[in-house]
Amino acid sequence: MANSVEVLSDKCVGCGQCAGACPFGAISTLERPEHPKKFKLAVVDLNKCAYCGTCSQTCKFSAIELKKDASQSSVDKSEYKGVWVYAEQRHGEIADVVYELLNEGKRLAKQLGTTLSAVLIGDGLKSKVQDLINRGADKVYVCDDPIFIEFQDDPYTSILTQLIKKENPEIILIGATNIGRSFSSRVAARIHTGLTADCTSLEIDAQTRNLQQTRPAFGGNIMATILTPSRRPQMSTVRRKVFKEAKVEEGRKGEIVDCKVDVATLVNRTKFLGFIKDASSNINIGDADIIVSGGRGVGKVEGFKLLEELAEILGGAVGASRAAVDSEWIPYSHQIGQTGKTVAPKVYIACGISGQIQHIVGMSSSDIIIAINKDASCPMMQTATYALEGDLYEIIPNITKEIKAIRCNS
Amino acid sequence: MDIIVCIKQVPNTTNIQIDHETGRLKRDGVESIINPFDEYAIEEGVRIKEKVGAKVTVITMGPPQAEAALREAIAKGADEGVLVSDRAFGGADTLATSYALSTAIKSLGKFDMVICGKQASDGDTAQVGPGIAEMLDIPHVAYVKKVEASDDKTIKVERMMEDGYDLIESALPVLLTVVKEINNPRVASLKGRMAARKAVIKVLDAATIGADTSKIGLNGSPTQVMKIFTPPQRTGGEKFTGEAKEVAAVLVKRLSDLSLI
Repeated sequence: MANSVEVLSDKCVGCGQCAGACPFGAISTLERPEHPKKFKLAVVDLNKCAYCGTCSQTCKFSAIELKKDASQSSVDKSEYKGVWVYAEQRHGEIADVVYELLNEGKRLAKQLGTTLSAVLIGDGLKSKVQDLINRGADKVYVCDDPIFIEFQDDPYTSILTQLIKKENPEIILIGATNIGRSFSSRVAARIHTGLTADCTSLEIDAQTRNLQQTRPAFGGNIMATILTPSRRPQMSTVRRKVFKEAKVEEGRKGEIVDCKVDVATLVNRTKFLGFIKDASSNINIGDADIIVSGGRGVGKVEGFKLLEELAEILGGAVGASRAAVDSEWIPYSHQIGQTGKTVAPKVYIACGISGQIQHIVGMSSSDIIIAINKDASCPMMQTATYALEGDLYEIIPNITKEIKAIRCNS
Repeated sequence: MDIIVCIKQVPNTTNIQIDHETGRLKRDGVESIINPFDEYAIEEGVRIKEKVGAKVTVITMGPPQAEAALREAIAKGADEGVLVSDRAFGGADTLATSYALSTAIKSLGKFDMVICGKQASDGDTAQVGPGIAEMLDIPHVAYVKKVEASDDKTIKVERMMEDGYDLIESALPVLLTVVKEINNPRVASLKGRMAARKAVIKVLDAATIGADTSKIGLNGSPTQVMKIFTPPQRTGGEKFTGEAKEVAAVLVKRLSDLSLI
């Protein structure tokens, strides 16, 4: 049986509620002159339909019947046990997101009554193992070999796939970094399982042990909860700063598994030739406690000088919306939002940023949001903890001056 | 050299608005565009063609109306357009999409390079590019910001990372996913527009490419959408209005009381 979605023409009144609700824009209403009351009829474009069921849930007349094909072959889920975190390292340092994933992974493992493991792939990283155990890993798989000194998709995919096939974990969490996003999809494709990108919330369904993975879609306009119901492991990537970092518990005990690496079994079709550090990204906006960010309302490149002055006195970094970056007032490395970086500072000062959803998704986890804008009705002003209505060219210099005054007095 | 560029037609999400009362996307008047990241992929393909000589084939999977995206790409310098379209592909997740596209690419014959945008602006997963490479059994390099050099066997590229960039050499054929730093996409020329209008778009369905029906569409998708909802809005706080000097002073006092400065 194939999947089907059927509009029952005798029940449909052509109200169009389903068409409005469909996140994929797959439903339209057609004129139905032959109907006694001239009701329109909802029609589903199956090219666009994802069979998510939103329409049938929305319909007040039970006029849409959704049938999902249950014949999808399922693996024996009971053979898969344990939560894994990919302990990403770059240049010998564990990525921050790993500690956040260990915290979340611990919570999921506890709910499932299973253990949390970390997978460390690299060269000469044995000193990092205890760190992972201190952060909550019950077990650490160490794949240590000179071939792993720098990240290359081929050997990393091969070794992680080999390990997954051998150990059968039920969940794997991976940081949504450039490395994580580059090779996790290859791993998922090779073992033929589901991978859900950029999850912002993870919950367990106790009955099925399915992981409910919630993520933004359509640039954060809507949220979708995704399942991998019949395949294992369930794989998710998570951006940094979505979950809180795991606390350190000195001297915690854990098991260390030294994985044998048979280099002959690792495909490698690329060669790493070198790394060139980005000199301009000395202050990483992802690490700053305070970010002063500018958008379209800054209006000109000179305006960012004011923002820099304020950021400097606050010991913070300068961020920007896509509009400011596209206007070439500031380089792309400062861009915050859907197509830039995700940040969660203590204080986020949005200057002349209206707050398009694509920007909001990149900074909405900030503790305190301060908006400075002439337009009090824009989304950023509506969202902000403190909304300052007025001209940023007048307000910002005054803030800078005021802070200097306080500092002098104390 | 034979270059395949994979593109996707997406709703212009920068303009998409949500109606917070009904929690629905306002779709009225939302135009379909080529995924912005794919514009860089098309441009890079065309640049390589102009430099060393190549045939650039753009391919997309989608409904019949996605043909417009292919014509747009031809207007910008691509040579041929291939539309992979079949109801059976509907409901595909990234794995099933990667399978369908890789199967279609294989059916086209020999290729040296596949170029994709780093991600699509509607799904934002960045998973299909590497997924296609895996199923074609070729290497890939993601987040490419520059193609340094290439000959008929290898290619040297710069891969953008969070802390700088890596220099990577890969054997051909290879799949690259590209970021916006790589180039400035051109505007279609008049000549290009004429070519696009005349171009014959090849349409491939599931049977033509010999796709395994258990691996396409919803059946071939290990992930399933359980529910879709509108995110709760963060509620606003205090509003400060008045003279710039006053509001600045009130704010700084507030931050100082909270020991934030």
